[in-house]
Amino acid sequence: MTDLGPLIPRNREVHPVPYDPGYKTSITRSPYLPLLSMESTPSEETGPRFGHGLLGALDNNLILNWTKGAAPAVGERILVHGRVLDENGRPVPHTLVEIWQANAGGRYRHVKDTYFAPLDPNFGGCGRTITDENGYYEFLTIRPGAYPWPNRGNDWRPMHIHMSVFGHSFGQRLITQLYFEGDPLIDRCPIAATIKSRSQLDRLVAPLDMAKARPMDFLAYKFDVVLRGRRQTMFENKLEGM
Amino acid sequence: MAQQLDTLQETPSQTAGPYVHIGCVPTFAGLEGIYPEDLALSPIEDGAKGEIIEITGQVFDGTGWAMRDAMMESWQADAAGIYPGTDGADPKVSGFCRFTADKETGFFTLRTVKPGATKGRGGMVQAPHISVWIVARGINIGLQTRIYFEDEDNSADPLLNRIEQRPRVDTLIAKKTAEGKYTFDIRLQGEGETVFLDI
Repeated sequence: MTDLGPLIPRNREVHPVPYDPGYKTSITRSPYLPLLSMESTPSEETGPRFGHGLLGALDNNLILNWTKGAAPAVGERILVHGRVLDENGRPVPHTLVEIWQANAGGRYRHVKDTYFAPLDPNFGGCGRTITDENGYYEFLTIRPGAYPWPNRGNDWRPMHIHMSVFGHSFGQRLITQLYFEGDPLIDRCPIAATIKSRSQLDRLVAPLDMAKARPMDFLAYKFDVVLRGRRQTMFENKLEGM
Repeated sequence: MAQQLDTLQETPSQTAGPYVHIGCVPTFAGLEGIYPEDLALSPIEDGAKGEIIEITGQVFDGTGWAMRDAMMESWQADAAGIYPGTDGADPKVSGFCRFTADKETGFFTLRTVKPGATKGRGGMVQAPHISVWIVARGINIGLQTRIYFEDEDNSADPLLNRIEQRPRVDTLIAKKTAEGKYTFDIRLQGEGETVFLDI
């Protein structure tokens, strides 16, 4: 098998800090000690693959997947679309993308969520798809509502969609959140604020994309995701030892 | 001014949050029927070659509380040390499993085949191990670690040998409790803190 080279070491500067007193739960769930850094091995460079056979016809349609097409969910209809790329700018084809979110009122279909906003009988709250050969993905969903959460006295989550992406290597595994352009709650959210660089946080804010919106049907938001890349050089196979 | 690089930067992580189960294990979260079953309930199928083992444990936060909401994923080689998707791999081993802490007790169980030693660049040999990724509310970027086995020869493993404080090596080694049974606890913070990886 061709050696694609090791994974490019993770640049932790783009990521949130693990320990952030503003996000209270992180205080007891962040390691005190430094991470052990090492060049990647086959354990991180290989990873699970999922075939299109995994998917049902409505898996990427959160408006219809809970009722199997019987009745649409309540809310502002949106298309969320974009590409999965690696740090070398190459598309990541045929990789699993999973999303989950609150309903239009800001309520999750979860036993632990007791917010006043009602459940929508026509909305479940999760979806999945596999990128095409060019790394593209699409979801049809409703825009999730903002909601309050127990942290400091009066914290609210901005509208957001959780997204899980696999890539082709276990070391590329990533979970992130998509925010919406123009939401004033982004600047007040302690979870968004765990990312200390404003320009990095901006990369999680999906712009309105009228070129993809369908008239009289749905708006569109674009969200590209970049996963770790591989450091391939002409010299890679000449490494002596580790 | 220098030339512009054309490399991209990785997308920032965000916590998986308290409702990660809705997206990743919806049947477990109570959203039965949205998919036929949750993804990757087992890393092996019947007929996988090698010793079938069961690893149980808990994930503790910095106060010593066993977290009830952790979600984990594992990735491993087959019994011959070949990664799934690679030539010669056991077709009955997918190598990937998604599993959760129990909602009441915090215990997780991973039932799999014991992996073999794996080969890397330059003739490097890694002792048998399972890679693990842990996410939950309050974890802002998924934590990577590994499960090694106390009844294997770990003396030449390149990762374990990089751990300066030797007592910390034990945090990555599953203890054998009976034939085919191991325990492996994960401590996110403080005394006995698990070695987490940046790899």
